[in-house]
Amino acid sequence: MYSFEPTEEQRMLMDATKRFAEKELQPAAHDADEEREFPISLIEKGWELGVLQASIPEEYGGFGERSAVTGILAGEELGWGDLTAAMAIMAPAMYVIPILVGGTEEQKKSLIPPIIEAEWKPNVAAYVEPRFDFYPLEMTSTATKAGDEYVLQGEKSMVPFAHIAESFLVFASLEGKTQAFVVPSQTEGLVVGERESLLGIQALPTYKLSLNDVRIPAESRIGGEDGFDVQPVIDASNLATAALAVGLSRAAYEYSRDYAKEREAFGGPIAQKQTIAFMLAEMATEIESIRLMVWEAAWKLDAGKDASKTAYLALMGASDMAMMVTDRAVQILGGFGYIREYPTERWMRNGRGIPNFVGLTMV
Amino acid sequence: MISFETPKPIKNMVMMVQTVAENMMRPVSRHFDDHEHEIPWDYINFMHDSMKQLGSPTGSEPEKKEGADEQKKDRPSIYFQRTAHLVEMLSWGDTGLYLNTPVGMLGTAAVRATGTPEQKKRFLRNILGEKPTLDAMAMTEPHAGSEMPSQTRTTAVRDGDEWVLNGEKIFVTAGHKALVDTEGFVVIWATIDPSAGRAGVRPFVVEAGTPGCSVTKLEHKLGIRASDTATIVLQDCRIPFDNILGSPDVKKKTTKGFKGAMATFDASRPFVAASALGIARAALEFLTEKVGDEGIEIRYGLPRSRMTNLEREIIDMKVMLRSAWLITLKAVWMMDEKIPNNLEASMAKVRAGDVCVKITQRAVELLGPLGYSKEHLLEKWFRDAKINDLYEGTGQINRLIIARRILDYTRHELS
Repeated sequence: MYSFEPTEEQRMLMDATKRFAEKELQPAAHDADEEREFPISLIEKGWELGVLQASIPEEYGGFGERSAVTGILAGEELGWGDLTAAMAIMAPAMYVIPILVGGTEEQKKSLIPPIIEAEWKPNVAAYVEPRFDFYPLEMTSTATKAGDEYVLQGEKSMVPFAHIAESFLVFASLEGKTQAFVVPSQTEGLVVGERESLLGIQALPTYKLSLNDVRIPAESRIGGEDGFDVQPVIDASNLATAALAVGLSRAAYEYSRDYAKEREAFGGPIAQKQTIAFMLAEMATEIESIRLMVWEAAWKLDAGKDASKTAYLALMGASDMAMMVTDRAVQILGGFGYIREYPTERWMRNGRGIPNFVGLTMV
Repeated sequence: MISFETPKPIKNMVMMVQTVAENMMRPVSRHFDDHEHEIPWDYINFMHDSMKQLGSPTGSEPEKKEGADEQKKDRPSIYFQRTAHLVEMLSWGDTGLYLNTPVGMLGTAAVRATGTPEQKKRFLRNILGEKPTLDAMAMTEPHAGSEMPSQTRTTAVRDGDEWVLNGEKIFVTAGHKALVDTEGFVVIWATIDPSAGRAGVRPFVVEAGTPGCSVTKLEHKLGIRASDTATIVLQDCRIPFDNILGSPDVKKKTTKGFKGAMATFDASRPFVAASALGIARAALEFLTEKVGDEGIEIRYGLPRSRMTNLEREIIDMKVMLRSAWLITLKAVWMMDEKIPNNLEASMAKVRAGDVCVKITQRAVELLGPLGYSKEHLLEKWFRDAKINDLYEGTGQINRLIIARRILDYTRHELS
């Protein structure tokens, strides 16, 4: 049976998240971007909404069951509030979701509850690598078995909160297969590099991370001796990123729509000109149809169907949508769109990064 | 709860209709494209017989039996969702032929959107009756398309127990088949008060064989050539008083007629979208198949920097096709749920219209001489596709409808 209606519980979480996004995130977004930092108190408050916790089963400290649909619905609202804040609040998901998906029972029981039951703690993943053609199934960072240890080598980038993270989930290639390893931040050979300067998501502190002969015990490998299949992690990440893109695009669309109704030219609101009105109609249509692709992919994931292709297509669509919509939002505001006092240029910078944010957020 | 699970009855139907598309439509596609205005009786008769057996008309919703309502409460209707799937698959087979499906088309949609229960019974009685019938809707006139129905010049004047219609309607899809080739009907939008603008416009049913109603011209078109596009002239055409759809109260200047027309479009646009996406899917499948024949595999999951151009094109097309299908599905789901879908219907129409044109254009380009050759059907699909961006409201008029909705503007504020 088809249905486009979220459940009552999902509605409640969406509403609560939207209220928070409207009251706390949107007003803080401008300054956070300029100051390159989101107030930690807001991140903690966002964590208390329980978006990630709702997706973790009780036995691992959460209060729900894994639902990608719930995750993307709430994720859209967070992304609507502010992309950077959303990524900051959800940063622990990069660490928790792969363990939930691929970890041994023991790893899940020992690693997840300390994060999920606590206040916001930036345990994060080191996933992205600084290459133009970065591809998660062919990582250049390597893991090599040496006795009852693994040795990690390589360069990572876009690792959020690396400066304060307690522990990292490092993704590296083991005999050509991408695997994940838990690496406490104090481990020898792990060097947190400089904070990165990026085109967008400026309030999210991301760092380079070097792995120089990092030695970790064999039990640090997610999934134990047999490891795990990384594809579901990629799917979860594609989906989450796509959902944030929908939220971000919706914010840009709504802002430029409202602006167009206020701004007057040639004797009336510019929204009354077809040239502007049609742009907005296309933006709205684009957002609605790509959103449904994200929904479908999330539903497939939850239903235990093969969601990889759908989630990937959703991200491809979401990436183009984010650029199309944010670019037009800037355009509709004209010169003001280019001025940092207005949010549209920030949405445009953030939106351009969507395909690069894989691995930085998960549902 | 959000779900994209295709209901089992729909899955079964789709499988069956695919067989029809493959065996009854594709093999004769080229023939009816080459022989414009030849009537595809084999298809019409076959569909008439099989749909009758199946008891699943697209046009007339199955009559509700008394007492059945309560049982049905737990099982939401999937009627329109099923129809959308049917239309998509038939158009995948051949859009021109699909437009000849004798199961209740646009005329039926208008009767359903605007008629009284008694009228629905009366006018839809012949659908899937003894002989196949087609029906049509006549809105456009030579001087106005998107501006209809407010610019209606066709008049209806009351004369005792009758209406007398006069005027000219063009671009009537299946008009000839509804009035001449079968014993169907056409819904004519005419004004009962030319000074009242759109408030004076009402829908009237003119049945086949009514004196004074004639088909005067058949258009020669870029595509969908298996479907006739007729000009209908009404010359002192007398129809019974009861053939005015909806309330016979014609004294009040209401915009009921206009709203009826718009309700008809809300109901029909998602199916134009579904039809468009059937063509788009056919084209995309043909493209991937031809590419696959050369041993080229389309890889999913790569960043754009690692894709071939062909992969990028095909992946973009898949996104376009799927997202357009999902918004279409949402628009028909809303119909089943009885949620107003004016916005979503137009969104589906806009997106599907764009998508089918883009996909067929690109597929022709990417396949080079193969795409351009009449040896294959792709060039035909490219020609067929464009109609979806035109009929039942152009892409532009639908953008206008979306814009008014999202901006909360009246037609005076945004035109």
